[in-house]
Amino acid sequence: MPIAASTADRPRNRPFWTMERRDAVAGYLFIAPQLIGIVLFVLIPLGLVVWYSLHEWNVLAGTFRFVGDANYKKLAADPALPEVLGATAIFSAGLVVFNLSLALLLAILVNQKLRGITVFRTIFFSPVVVSLVAWTIVWNFLLQANGGINGLLQVIGITGPNWLRSPPTAMASVIVVQVFKNVGLNMVLFLAALQGVPRELYEAARVDGASRWTQFHAITVPLISPTILLTMIITIVGSLQVFAQIAVLTQGGPGMSTTVLVYYLYQQAFQFHRFGYGATISILLFGIVAVLTFAQWQMRKRIVFYEN
Amino acid sequence: MRTENPRSELSPRARVALYGLLCVLAIPFVFPTWWMVTSSVKPISDIFAFPPELIPSRFDWSTYAEVFKLQPFAQQYWNSCYIAAIVTVGTMAVSSMAGYAFARIKFPGANLIFMVVLLGLLIPSEVTIVPLFQMFLKWGLVNTHWPLILVPIFGAPSVFATFVMRQFFIALPVELEEAARVDGLSRFGIFFEIALPLAKPALAAVAIFTFLHSWNLYLEPIVFLTTPGNFTLPQALTQYVDVYQGPMWNTQLAAATLTALPVLVVFIFAQRQFIEGLAHTGLKG
Repeated sequence: MPIAASTADRPRNRPFWTMERRDAVAGYLFIAPQLIGIVLFVLIPLGLVVWYSLHEWNVLAGTFRFVGDANYKKLAADPALPEVLGATAIFSAGLVVFNLSLALLLAILVNQKLRGITVFRTIFFSPVVVSLVAWTIVWNFLLQANGGINGLLQVIGITGPNWLRSPPTAMASVIVVQVFKNVGLNMVLFLAALQGVPRELYEAARVDGASRWTQFHAITVPLISPTILLTMIITIVGSLQVFAQIAVLTQGGPGMSTTVLVYYLYQQAFQFHRFGYGATISILLFGIVAVLTFAQWQMRKRIVFYEN
Repeated sequence: MRTENPRSELSPRARVALYGLLCVLAIPFVFPTWWMVTSSVKPISDIFAFPPELIPSRFDWSTYAEVFKLQPFAQQYWNSCYIAAIVTVGTMAVSSMAGYAFARIKFPGANLIFMVVLLGLLIPSEVTIVPLFQMFLKWGLVNTHWPLILVPIFGAPSVFATFVMRQFFIALPVELEEAARVDGLSRFGIFFEIALPLAKPALAAVAIFTFLHSWNLYLEPIVFLTTPGNFTLPQALTQYVDVYQGPMWNTQLAAATLTALPVLVVFIFAQRQFIEGLAHTGLKG
């Protein structure tokens, strides 16, 4: 700021409340609510999670004693852990692949110049504003053995499975329900990115005789790659937080096939009242989110075409 | 902002094919809502009828009375509404102030504080749910709405809003503010009289996703709230179960309809603001 330079060499009769001092005070006041909130509701809890994870703490038994790394050893040896991590990985991978490809397809479709296309845009986006639990309850109803989906399949002569009661279809159902709920958000982000691609590029490509597929992977994909990465990060981190869908649709079952990490954390801490162990699972969840986020930001440098 | 589409020269046949494809793809987005609303007004004997009745042949409105009889549903509806309203307004205030300061005001430690605040983006609220529960337990605020109000406004969920506001204010031309400064306006004056009125699109985006986030919250209510009169809607919906914990389908669907439909109607009327607001201000940059 130019004013700062001029006040610096002014003689000593300058007022204490200079422009930049007043500005700094205003700055601190402006960020104070957010900063206090982050300290109180993020940093202190994060420290407490670490502290709790070093203790055996059973509320029902009334015990809280320091056990060092015992909870971590217990977690590493937990026979449920491979299953839980496997379910989490399958869910996240399935969700990201299905969500992003469907979102891109929908974005390309609603980017076409067609009469009434905004109606379809509205339709694809609409589940985003439907209450998550309401949406999940309806799908729970639809996916029952004698529910709407199997009823419709029956009409065309197919006997559908009991979707939520066998491991592979239960996992697939949870993924599909979540994708249809939120794919509209990614579609809209892709749509904005597609509309930012200069149309001259396509025209030049067409003059050169490039096919639509070539245009898609040589022009569209590289130019929207920042958006692909952004949506990927949001979707992956979001997928690790999925809870309501599991709680309503499968309660982690059948067996443990849909028990993802957050659901396992909830069970251990709030159903079995093992808060120390729950805190240890929280640390694992935090570690996974941190590593994934970091890896993807690293990836950005190599894969993404350009960023403004 | 709407650019011409590069592939607009579609033959009539391609057009028909495209409409066909769009209609098929629309089914999983439209059908669940349709099925929810229609099933909620069918008599219980018809909701699993075969073949499925896409349009109800008989109506039974008593389910809707049932919704209010089994639980204090009106109270729960009010809980969700007022919590979402306070959280939305509070987040708009906290995030616009913090976002403005990070974008425009120079103060010692700004970068470091910004990094600390951004940590909130990296830490899903599920990670801190155990200590948060213990903290609110100690403060005697479990089974009150305070955790559902304070944590979203000041904690991790508002960081994304702050980030969005910061990106918006950074892009705002600085000349307007400098002129106001010469006229002797203080920082607060500049913020309230110049920057904030210009930030309406960004604030609208923040309002939309904050409202939806609060409206959808599920883990936090079931952790913090224990008595039905305090429940929020998502939590209440799952409580319509029989003695064997099996869902009472028609009641659940009626309650789900009452929960989902008003927001859906608002969305349909304001879909342009919703979609473009989220796309252009919400996540760019």
